[in-house]
Amino acid sequence: MSKSKFRTDFKIVRDMEKCIKCQACARVCSNDAHVYDNESNSIISYNDKCVGCHFCEDLCPTGALTIKRNIPEIKFNSHWDSYSVYNIIKQAETGGVLLTGMGNDKPFKEYFDHIVLNASQVTNPSIDPLREPMELKTFIGKKPDKIELKYEPYKLEYNKPELKIINYKISTKMPPQLVLETPIMFSAMSYGSISLNAQKSLAKAATEFGTMWNTGEGGLHEDLKPYSKNVIVQVASGRFGVDIDYLESAAAVEIKIGQGAKPGIGGHLPGEKVDTEVSKTRFIPIGSDAISPAPHHDIYSIEDLKQLIYALKEATRYQKPVGVKIAAVHNIAPIATGAVRAGADFVVIDGMRGGTGAAPTVIRDNVGIPIELAIAVVDQRLRDEGIRQQASLIAAGGFRSSADIIKAIALGVDAVYIGTSALISLGCHLCQKCYTGKCNWGIATQDPYLTKRLNPEIGAKRAYNLLRAWSLEIKEMLGGMGINAIESLRGNREQLRGVGLSELELKLLGIKHAGEAW
Amino acid sequence: MKKFLDDRKIHIPSGCGVTGIMDTSGKSISGSDIVTSIINMTERGNGLGSGYAGYGIYPEMKDSYCFHIMYQKDTVIEVTENYLNKKFNLILKEPIPTKNVKTLSYVPILYRYFISPKAELIKLNYETESQTEFFEQDFVSSCVMFINKEIEYAFVFSSGKNMGIFKGVGNPDEIAEFFKIYEYKAYIWTAHNRFPTNSVAWWGGAHPFGLLNWSVVHNGEISSYGINRRYLENFGYYCSLFTDTEVMAYLVDLIIRKHNLSFDILAKIFSAPFWSQIDRMEENEKNFYTYLRIIYGPALVNGPFAIIVTNNNTMVGLSDRTKLRPLVAGKKGSILYIASEEAAIRCVSKELDTVWTPKAGEPVIGKLS
Repeated sequence: MSKSKFRTDFKIVRDMEKCIKCQACARVCSNDAHVYDNESNSIISYNDKCVGCHFCEDLCPTGALTIKRNIPEIKFNSHWDSYSVYNIIKQAETGGVLLTGMGNDKPFKEYFDHIVLNASQVTNPSIDPLREPMELKTFIGKKPDKIELKYEPYKLEYNKPELKIINYKISTKMPPQLVLETPIMFSAMSYGSISLNAQKSLAKAATEFGTMWNTGEGGLHEDLKPYSKNVIVQVASGRFGVDIDYLESAAAVEIKIGQGAKPGIGGHLPGEKVDTEVSKTRFIPIGSDAISPAPHHDIYSIEDLKQLIYALKEATRYQKPVGVKIAAVHNIAPIATGAVRAGADFVVIDGMRGGTGAAPTVIRDNVGIPIELAIAVVDQRLRDEGIRQQASLIAAGGFRSSADIIKAIALGVDAVYIGTSALISLGCHLCQKCYTGKCNWGIATQDPYLTKRLNPEIGAKRAYNLLRAWSLEIKEMLGGMGINAIESLRGNREQLRGVGLSELELKLLGIKHAGEAW
Repeated sequence: MKKFLDDRKIHIPSGCGVTGIMDTSGKSISGSDIVTSIINMTERGNGLGSGYAGYGIYPEMKDSYCFHIMYQKDTVIEVTENYLNKKFNLILKEPIPTKNVKTLSYVPILYRYFISPKAELIKLNYETESQTEFFEQDFVSSCVMFINKEIEYAFVFSSGKNMGIFKGVGNPDEIAEFFKIYEYKAYIWTAHNRFPTNSVAWWGGAHPFGLLNWSVVHNGEISSYGINRRYLENFGYYCSLFTDTEVMAYLVDLIIRKHNLSFDILAKIFSAPFWSQIDRMEENEKNFYTYLRIIYGPALVNGPFAIIVTNNNTMVGLSDRTKLRPLVAGKKGSILYIASEEAAIRCVSKELDTVWTPKAGEPVIGKLS
């Protein structure tokens, strides 16, 4: 066969003066980009093998390695950019669908970067979160419209400085709620798509911080049962790992309809990744492909969804919130409303920046809508219909910082899921090659040689640190706005202003332009 | 040309003084005390808004609703009255008695209408009498909201029974003189003195703000305004102004009248205890407050405020959860005083039985005995 015409994305630069030929790079690289040659006692680097994960660069004890982007110097063409050209070359050679990992990396408008926050000046005081209470506690679940009480009327004494509320009997029944210490949870990432060590890191961090992690559709591994008080378990189209123990051990159940990275597309875990442990957790034979169909084959309509929601509620005896995760698509507002009317206690909307372990590139980069717009229209539609209290709203899909999160909350969500940023805290460098199973960072792989690189104790600490840092930042920003409880910011779009957005965009986001007062 | 702003179009932050006097035995007090009290706090306003609310001022007409309406153009009087005639039986229409005060400007045309709703228009309910009253109030409040939202230049600023709100753009002494507050007698009085940050010319933006028998005087700026307003829309309340006080009044109506909760619970919704406090409570109480915060989170009023909320038999003073605005209470015999400053109480009643500073989020509740 002739030499491949693939473009090499990266260039490995080795500073020979610094290299001590320790061969660490050659030993660790799962892509064989560095190879030690015994005869010549030299290390040969292959640019075409490098995926740009920067693991060797981080590891190299003398700092001899630099991984650079290899920008192809083909003749400039603003229409036929090198990305398109090289994709065509790849497909001409393979005849296949292009695959990728992580979220949409195309330069779509970042609405969060066109939204700014408010702060208090003079007419109301800002609050210093280091000295005064600042509350992030969040409840996920259906809320009753009002509280009904039975009580004996008692004599009020107006000069008694402190009133105690006693002898009330609450006749309102509170639907099951998840309690979060911060409105940030870890997104669904299955065991199979990520390693057990990666899941354990997130599970431990979530449990210690008092928030939730999510199994994804890969079942709940034995070793993670101790973290089941803080787990949301997924029921997806493949139904992998779902049995009554799975449902009963969880804090909440999430029906996965779609994913922001690949709306309308199912999943495929190749057989070679299904080892003994994955097989036990997913309830499938070793080495068999785990295929999640594109739709649930028992859900072809909203009434079918309702049946599954109530089947799961029955199975868990109405003790756990049951939610629905959908990808943000054009019709997201009526679909989310439908899910609430079908009985969902929470609705997760996953935007087009949402990550994945594997997806057809063309789908990832072209299907779905930005999460900011999806949040705004869903929250507004639920309010227009007077049913916003009936379900919590959770957003997912590419939250890069605490600022993105606080803006999402002000637009109207109760909490957010973070996936990509959580993985970055564990070491991920966004090389987008999750689907190869060769993750050098030990995250998106099942190869024991690679997974042991991720120490779950250290991973948990780092993921916990991220939750802590972002929560502190959210408190700082809240305090600046003169708000001391997160529920006073939720859906409070008066605290947001757009910069450089069109009238239509502002209308959809439900915010005013910067410069406009209340 | 100077351009004056209108609370119906934009949000204008304001600082304020508030005061309230109630005789819990139901005896009437002349208006002069409340005027003295609020004038004592002239410093807290800037002459761009003052007002008074009195309960028990129309004893001969106590069974009919009294609408105080301000018109900025005489052309809308006919439209408004046609609407009123369609929905209500008119008992008496008269100009609100006023005295010419030269220093006041932008004076609107002021009328009061004693009216009762046409029974056949009220949603029928055969069950109990109290529920009939509930539907009657719903009907009246929807009519008030209709006029305020749909008829430009007309504004209903008082709509209760046996009570009335008098307010305008001016210093408290000017407004008192203009409306001849001294001549009324009431068992509950509240007053307000406004310090808007902008020149407000519209008289409707002054406080007290009222709906049905509710009236609210309010000193504060609500940082949770955006969500409080959207939460109310969930329950069919559409704010026609951009004032925090309107939001407060509607929240009171929702929680007390529609959800049938008491004032002490309202206080715990507006100024919810912190989780750190709730965590230390006994199981029963902890459960209660947790429920309250889960259900009424969007009704939490966040930001600095001190309010006095009144209806025909209650006067409640409340401050925010960290008490960022002042509120003092005092008692002399059967009379309860609540004000922004102790001086505003002492200037009408030197020898008080008790005077105290309510803690953050703790309500002061006066009820007719």
